[in-house]
Amino acid sequence: MLSQLQTLWLIFLHLFHRRVTVEYPEHKAYLPPRWRGRIILSRDPDGEERCVACYLCAVACPVDCIALHATEDEHGRRFPDFYRINFSRCIFCGYCEEACPTYAIQLTPDYEMSEYRRHNLVYEKEDLLISGQGKYPGYNFYRVAGLAIGGKDKGEAENERPPVDLKKLVP
Amino acid sequence: MTPLALGLLNVFFVLLVSLTLAAGLIWVERRLLALWQDRYGPNRVGPLGLLQVLADAIKILTKQDWIPPFADRAVFVIAPGVIMVTVLLSLAVVPITPAIGVVDLNVGLLFFLAMSSLGVYSVVLAGWSSDSKYALLGALRAAAQMLSYEVFMGLSLMGVVLIAGSFDLRKIVDAQARLWFCIPQLVGFVVFLIAGIAETRRLPFDLPEAESELVAGFHTEYSGMKFGMFFVGEYLGVILISAMITTLFFGGWRGPFLPPIVWFLIKTFAFIAFFVLLRASLPRPRYDQLMAYGWKLLLPLSLLNLAVTAAVVIAIHHGGGA
Repeated sequence: MLSQLQTLWLIFLHLFHRRVTVEYPEHKAYLPPRWRGRIILSRDPDGEERCVACYLCAVACPVDCIALHATEDEHGRRFPDFYRINFSRCIFCGYCEEACPTYAIQLTPDYEMSEYRRHNLVYEKEDLLISGQGKYPGYNFYRVAGLAIGGKDKGEAENERPPVDLKKLVP
Repeated sequence: MTPLALGLLNVFFVLLVSLTLAAGLIWVERRLLALWQDRYGPNRVGPLGLLQVLADAIKILTKQDWIPPFADRAVFVIAPGVIMVTVLLSLAVVPITPAIGVVDLNVGLLFFLAMSSLGVYSVVLAGWSSDSKYALLGALRAAAQMLSYEVFMGLSLMGVVLIAGSFDLRKIVDAQARLWFCIPQLVGFVVFLIAGIAETRRLPFDLPEAESELVAGFHTEYSGMKFGMFFVGEYLGVILISAMITTLFFGGWRGPFLPPIVWFLIKTFAFIAFFVLLRASLPRPRYDQLMAYGWKLLLPLSLLNLAVTAAVVIAIHHGGGA
């Protein structure tokens, strides 16, 4: 009986405690930069698409919500001619971000993407592409990769030695 | 104003206020529970979330009114009405202020006890007519619980009757002009409070509708406004018990400075809040614990209280005279 009265008193004192509720539309909880929210496609410092359409994200996706198709421009740069994420399927696991070799696909701390119609949750490339570089500023895949594209031959990338001439004996 | 018009005004005032309060208690209870759990509760619909009551009412009135095909239709429909009627009839005898109060019966207290006994029928019939095992189990528990707690609910009040010398609730309030009965009748008050919680089937004595065991107990099969009637009936019961505690033990409308109606409402609301606090804090006892607690502790206690009160009253009246 005494312990029950004590319980009543302790619960009553909670009247004066701080509320734990965060009143959402007015106040928003802080989300860390690594929060796995809405997926975006970032651009490199030159403003070109980072995505090289390697399909690794689509392969890594456990719910198959990513669909894309690769193509090439006149310089030999690969890029997706369409890139589609169905957010009604996406489980925001972040595997696509982990799989991406070019830091192109990234998850952001945005979660306010409710829609009245389900098909509005299918995001096309123009919905996904942002103009910035996301979490990895300064990174440009084609500038560090050994791949030859138009305007950059083999051996001209950053920290890359010129290719070895296989037909010479001199090292 | 003619006495008839005054009487009708009283009737409609009490009916309207008690029904509005009962509906409003949905919001009050949710807000208070939230406050005691460090939350805010419903605060979106209208100022302070007050229109939540309206939203709930619209929702429950527009729900499909479904009667299960296996239920006993007539009884199934009547049962929720019974609880409303009995509780509202009990509210008729509560003297709210010297001017307000539907009827002054010279056996008002007995009428209240009788009506709260009839309330058991609602629960039992609802469980029986539902023809579902959970509903029936809930009804069985409700019958046993309410009948056993009614025994000493009545006995705990007899101390008050002995001191006041009347069953008339207005006379009982008048007898508390010098001293509220919660002081000489502390034991009676505590026993009545516990019995009142059990009568209204509120936590921690909500075994008839224990949702962790019985789905929803006796109103498992009810939906829509029929369920709403049980809901409002329960809240009306809370108001009734709080009002009766105020009347019988805390001097009713009596109090300094403020008008009588304000005092009555303050005291009643304090007990309503206490009911919610109980719900926020205490776990539900086991069924045998509930029964043992009633018959082995509270019944002897109320009998003892009655005997001691009677002895003291006789000693004062006759000891002084002889």
